[in-house]
Amino acid sequence: MILKINGKSETIDKKLNLIELILHKSLVPEHIVIEHNARIVPKAEWPGIELKENDNIEIVSFVGGG
Amino acid sequence: MDPLEIGGKAITNRLFVGTGKFSNYNLMKEALAGAQIEVATVALRRVDSASKTDNIIDFIPDGCIVMPNTSGARNADEAVRIARLARASGASDWVKIEVIQDNKYLLPDNMETLKATGILAKEGFKVFPYMSPDLSMARRMADAGAAAVMPLGSPIGSNRGVKTRELVEIMVREIKIPVIVDAGLGRPSDACECMELGCAAVLVNTAIAISEDPVAAARAFALAVKAGRLAYLSTLPVESQEAGASSPLTGFLRDG
Repeated sequence: MILKINGKSETIDKKLNLIELILHKSLVPEHIVIEHNARIVPKAEWPGIELKENDNIEIVSFVGGG
Repeated sequence: MDPLEIGGKAITNRLFVGTGKFSNYNLMKEALAGAQIEVATVALRRVDSASKTDNIIDFIPDGCIVMPNTSGARNADEAVRIARLARASGASDWVKIEVIQDNKYLLPDNMETLKATGILAKEGFKVFPYMSPDLSMARRMADAGAAAVMPLGSPIGSNRGVKTRELVEIMVREIKIPVIVDAGLGRPSDACECMELGCAAVLVNTAIAISEDPVAAARAFALAVKAGRLAYLSTLPVESQEAGASSPLTGFLRDG
């Protein structure tokens, strides 16, 4: 399955939901916000979102800025 | 110091600090805590899962309001998207609108900023638009629901001070919502100057973050902001072309 994650195509070889993708990437759920196909997804919904071919995922977090 | 009522909060420290460009988060935390900063800005970016970085929020002192900015936005729609993502983090419903297409001077697009301000204010955000100083636009920002307006002193990171002084002064006199000078303040005296003019607060990032000693620089700016605020409240006298003696003009020893 090919997913678009933060603007780059990535091939994932198994079925994943959103929380599994985050853990697969060793990201800390508390530190990030996710947009799935242009919709911001509350953390509570992450386990219920099964990822599909060509899904577009943005994963963002805070950094220093003025 | 008189508190600043803003965005539904009462703030004592009128120095807001940006968190960019610090050499590390621990130093940033020390600078924020040492100067008792109550409002700090952050930016939102795509995560880079290849590089493990700390969560900046963990290094912002407890009780300090986090104000995400929309840096990177080139139009109102992008700013709105960034603001919504930032609020979804649970960090804050404050947002500094930054819409910039000009990469040389990083000057804001007031029209797109106004559009984003209106949309986000309706959604319940406390909106702080970063703008080129313009009275008509500032009035429109206020009408659109902005919590404050943030005119620039000079281009971001330029350390050139309050080159927009005349325009900022007019805004302070005419706008009912707080005026916060953001960008370009290079020295504590620049921050003091803004506060003497009657600005409600200032936002400083580069001058503190890239100084040799950010902890001392943050304190210096905080003291200057306090001094400027006190001076403004004391109603400083107007300038005069001629001298006015401070000592009595009677009882001189030479008389008689």
